[in-house]
Amino acid sequence: MDLARLVELNATYARVIDTDQLEEWPKLFLDPCLYKLTTAENVAKGHEAGLIYADTRGMLEDRVSSLRKVNIYEGQRYRHVVGLPVVLGETNGTADVETPFLLVRVMRDGTTDLFATGVYRDKVKPDASGALRFAERVVVCDGRRFDTLVAIPF
Amino acid sequence: MDIRHDVIGHEDLPGQTPHGPWPEDSLARVPYWVYRDEANYQREMRRLFEGATWNFVCLEADIPDKGDYRTNQVGAMPVIVVRDADGAINCFENRCAHRGALIAFDDGGNVKGNFKCVYHAWGYDLCGNLKGIAFEKGINGLGGMPPGFDRARFSPRKLRTTTLCGLVFATLSDDTPPIEDFIGAEVLGRLKRVLNRPIRVMGRFVQPLPNNWKLYVENVKDTYHASLLHTFLTTFRISRLTQGGGVLVSEDGGNHSSYTIGVAEGANAGAYKAQEIRTDQDGRFALADPSVLDSVEEFGDQIQLQILSVFPGFILQQIHNCLAVRHVVPRGVDRMDLVWTYFGFTDDSPEMNRRRLKQQNLVGPAGFISMEDGCVGGFVQRGTAAAGEHVSVIEMGGATAESQATRATEASVRGFWKAYRRHMGY
Repeated sequence: MDLARLVELNATYARVIDTDQLEEWPKLFLDPCLYKLTTAENVAKGHEAGLIYADTRGMLEDRVSSLRKVNIYEGQRYRHVVGLPVVLGETNGTADVETPFLLVRVMRDGTTDLFATGVYRDKVKPDASGALRFAERVVVCDGRRFDTLVAIPF
Repeated sequence: MDIRHDVIGHEDLPGQTPHGPWPEDSLARVPYWVYRDEANYQREMRRLFEGATWNFVCLEADIPDKGDYRTNQVGAMPVIVVRDADGAINCFENRCAHRGALIAFDDGGNVKGNFKCVYHAWGYDLCGNLKGIAFEKGINGLGGMPPGFDRARFSPRKLRTTTLCGLVFATLSDDTPPIEDFIGAEVLGRLKRVLNRPIRVMGRFVQPLPNNWKLYVENVKDTYHASLLHTFLTTFRISRLTQGGGVLVSEDGGNHSSYTIGVAEGANAGAYKAQEIRTDQDGRFALADPSVLDSVEEFGDQIQLQILSVFPGFILQQIHNCLAVRHVVPRGVDRMDLVWTYFGFTDDSPEMNRRRLKQQNLVGPAGFISMEDGCVGGFVQRGTAAAGEHVSVIEMGGATAESQATRATEASVRGFWKAYRRHMGY
């Protein structure tokens, strides 16, 4: 799989979240899909649970609309710094890709903290139009601690 | 061999808080200094967590085999919980008798033989007994421990342990009653209702919160806020105050179970609308994929939602088919960790497993219906920064701490303060 296109997909992903275009976020996934937010510890122990677990694009859309209309949280945004993807393998046009990330949370008053680090473990393939999309994105955080709340997806 | 200098002090005078007597002598009034006062916090560590209470330390499922152990905290005290060769579970202070270093500095695992402190290699058996001292006899007749040094007199503190429905609790006090009596018959029945067969851990997460530990425990016991703060609950009729349910409070006040029965009222029923409550979102929000709410009757009694607490810091949650244990770990007067363990049962079908995974979206640090709990404690902590001598008003449903057949009450919050004041001597 073309590395430049994977980099572009990751850059677009980070940008739609960091610029608060959350409605664009589910569109980067196929349907059905898997988006899961978990920790390295849970993965190592074979524990399946996720802080966020979505297996349809509809569930991702519901995350966004719940954040927009339902949930209460103090204003905040993210700054993603996403590393270079490594293609670990490719089967029938679906690439197994691993990409490290660093996530900074900026609160409404400017308080800026390193919120999470980890690795995206992805299955990426082209959709009907040929654009690369996530069939799976499992966000594996290095630590198990999530300060106060996780409102915006990683 | 511990001489506890810290317990000798004027602050332990009966009936006296660090700020004088409890204001208005009411369960319905709580002074805000209680969330902020350092001396009070230190007294909580001694009198509540190290006192006559049962503290959750791990699940039996975490330590199934000989030598399996977990580390945890009882108040401020680090502990090791370990299964010994006889299958018994022991708990002892995670502190080397020599220089006080942690004996185990990971989250858990399996120990072959004895624990060994890395600092000077003193060894402890699975009951916490000091068994080995490196170079005890010195080298070539020089050095070593003095003759007559009696190992048996030096060990980390040992806690009494007990198990209940796969949960492991520990206490430092000989005065703590048996766990069944400590919890009380009514709340115990509600605990057994959920933990009725072997469980399977599905995942663990830690949520550090910027507030005093008691603010989270109160939040858990506060049935009044749930459908007011958490729009998701009301919008999707997961829980409304107007549906059937109530709150059970143990006789000593410290333990509770709140519950809702059956399904919530229809879309246009009036109580929320009439008061223009923010959480009434009917018609403004619909799920694109409602499978997150696809639940099945699991316990055969129409109870859809049950939140249960055991004083001081254990919580068991059933929200539809999403089950979790939450452990409140104080980290300082204005910080705490909430440790979430999602679980299912060993006999879950693949469909039930998938249902639980989806419903886990409802709770936890990113939970549709619980993420707000992460910030409200901080809102109180910040809101009361200059209000130390003022009091909160906890008077919904009266001023006593009795069970009630409604959730429009703060009875179980008052129950917490009843137990708290007794343990603290206030």
